[in-house]
Formats: sequence, structure tokens, C-alpha cells
Amino acid sequence: METIDLRGVSCPTNFVKAKLELEDIEAGTTVEFLLDDGEPVKNVPRSLKDEGHKLLGLKEVDGYYVLTLEKVEE
Amino acid sequence: MAEQKIDLKNLKAGGFIKERGKDMFTVRLRVPGGRMSVDRLAKIAAVAQKYGKGFVHLSVRQSIELININFTDFDAVVAELGEEQQKVASCGARVRVPTACGGCEYNPNGLVDTQKSALEVDEKLFGTVTGHHKFKVGFAGCPFDCPKSATNDVGLQGAVWPVLDASGCISCGLCAKSCTEGALTMGADNKPVFDTAKCIYCGDCIKVCPTGAWKAEKKGYTARIGGKWGRRPLVGTVYATFLPEDRVVDFIGSVLAWYQEKAEGAGRVRIGDIILREGNQSILDHLRKGFPEVVVASTIDPQVINTQLPLGKP
Repeated sequence: METIDLRGVSCPTNFVKAKLELEDIEAGTTVEFLLDDGEPVKNVPRSLKDEGHKLLGLKEVDGYYVLTLEKVEE
Repeated sequence: MAEQKIDLKNLKAGGFIKERGKDMFTVRLRVPGGRMSVDRLAKIAAVAQKYGKGFVHLSVRQSIELININFTDFDAVVAELGEEQQKVASCGARVRVPTACGGCEYNPNGLVDTQKSALEVDEKLFGTVTGHHKFKVGFAGCPFDCPKSATNDVGLQGAVWPVLDASGCISCGLCAKSCTEGALTMGADNKPVFDTAKCIYCGDCIKVCPTGAWKAEKKGYTARIGGKWGRRPLVGTVYATFLPEDRVVDFIGSVLAWYQEKAEGAGRVRIGDIILREGNQSILDHLRKGFPEVVVASTIDPQVINTQLPLGKP
């Protein structure tokens, strides 16, 4: 599975970076995003949902979060 | 009688405010909710250029104020602004132009259409003479409350009550992580547990839920009354929850009726101070008659902010 590490990247750069990375990924693919606690884990999933992607799950690993989603074509 | 230089009808609702200099006035424009079409903005710029000082002032209540307008130009200013339907605002003991955040059309946090509400209140209640003091209304689209709604005489804050359809829940845990208030935690069965007493109606759970398992059961405004800032600040308190958007004008009208009656003879006193004098039960009972479904069982008096009062010899 493709993993995109957005740790240490603050809002809104993390979301824009996620968007750009998703452009190169085929629709239907499951992707993992690594997100910091706080604002990033609160904002990025919601914004990606607004973009139409399908959120699949969130789990905490050693102080950061792994968001799993399926890319949906625009 | 001296020759009339200007049409006094234009001054009826106020909005023309005396400046320091001889003959000079500020003209406060009516901009409900702070939304301004670009065409109107261009017209205002042209009028300010022609009659003003070369700058405008953006007031803290979302108005554009034309500065340094000679009173003999009032008629021309009003006529030229009227070409883009721009009106002059009010001042004094009247219902003022309502303020509002951007609302819900483009702002991802907005829960209700504050822009629509502000326009409705402006259309129906703007300029209403209170008989006592100014009366301000402000709309916030969500509990973030950027417009500081509780510092208004009536402050309305967008609210949503979430309900979970457990069959649609995929146990992702995003809602629990998104809930800043700690009202949601993941239970032993990997489904969210809702501690309703902690919910502040922000709807973050609904916004993040990937499957739509969290839905809005109720939507409307939390209504606070009795706020003001100035010399002796008060923070308004809750009188109604989930007030439907289409009942806002009637609700404010009912608050105004209580104020107009109870402040009789009190002079220049805001509604918050009248509530402190009469007790909150009086206005609570009054409002419950017209709005039994949404008025809360009990509330507290407006909250005095004593830290704003430096008293005595420095």
C-alpha cells in the first residue's frame, strides 16, 4: 500500500500536499497518510472527505495517526 | 425659516455621525452580514473618492464608513450610493445592522445560513426604535463563534444535534478523534459512545464521518441574550436552543417587545442591564409563551466581566 508521510507538515500545506500526491494515484487505490496529532488529524481527513475521497479508517501509532482512504476519481 | 440645504428625511434612521471638524460627518453604510457585491464596492469607492477624504473606515460591525463628508453633500451621496442600492446604516437607540460570519455556502464550518438570517433581520427589524438604547444582533454559523455572538443584545449561534445510525458505522474512530469536547469516545464494541452532556452542537462528527452514519437530527440557532461590550461589558446567556432559522425574526421581535416594555422609564439602558434588574425569569417566561419548544428550562443572568473595569485613582 502506498504511504504518504505528512508528519511535520502543518495545515494547510499537508492537505494541499495530500491532494497533489493523490493526483498521481489511480482511482480505487487504497492509500495511507501519516498525520500528526492535533490540527492535522482533525482537519485533513475532513478536507479529503469534502474532496470526495472515501475514508476507511484511522488508527493511532506511536503518537501519530494513520489515515486510510480510497482514492475516488473526480 | 432658513433655506433647507438638505433633505432631512435621509437622516431619520441615523447613520450620519458628527466628526471633529466643522460641517464634517461620517456616513455609515448598511452592510448586513458584511457581504458586499463587487459592483457596490466599486460604487462606494467612487463616492468616497468624490466626496470623502481618500480613505474609508471598516467598522468593527462590518460596515464601510465614508469619512469627512460635508453635510451639504448628504443628498448627493445618498443618491449616488442609491444607484447601486447601497443604503445608509443607523445609529442611536435603534436596531442596528446585524453582523454575521460568512455562513455555510462556502465556509466548511458553517452549520446554518447566517447570511440569509442577517438579511432577513435587516429587512424586517433594521432601524426599529427601541425607546431606550441601541440593540445589536449578531450571527455565528457554528460554535467557533468568530463573530462573538454573545456580546450582542441577541446573539445567534449555529448548532446541530448529531444522531448515530450504528448500522452505517464502520468503526473508523474519526468522529471520536474529531470531537474536541470529549463527548465521543470509542466503546468496547468499537462503536462511538456519545456523552450528550458534553456536546456543544458543533457537528464536527457529522462533517468527518465517512459513511454518513452521523446525521443531523436537529439544526438551528442557540440564542443568547443580554450581551454588550463598552464600558461595562456583559456576556449574554442562553435562552433558546435549536431555534429554527425561519423563526429568528419573530424571536428577536419578541425579545424587543419585552425590552421596550420593561425598560420603560429606565433611560439609556441596554437589555442586559434590564435583565439584571428584572431577573432572567421574567424574559424567560415571556419568551416561552411564543417559543415553548425551544426556550430552555432555566438560564443565568448576563455575566459581568469585572476585569474590564479599572476603578479609582490610578
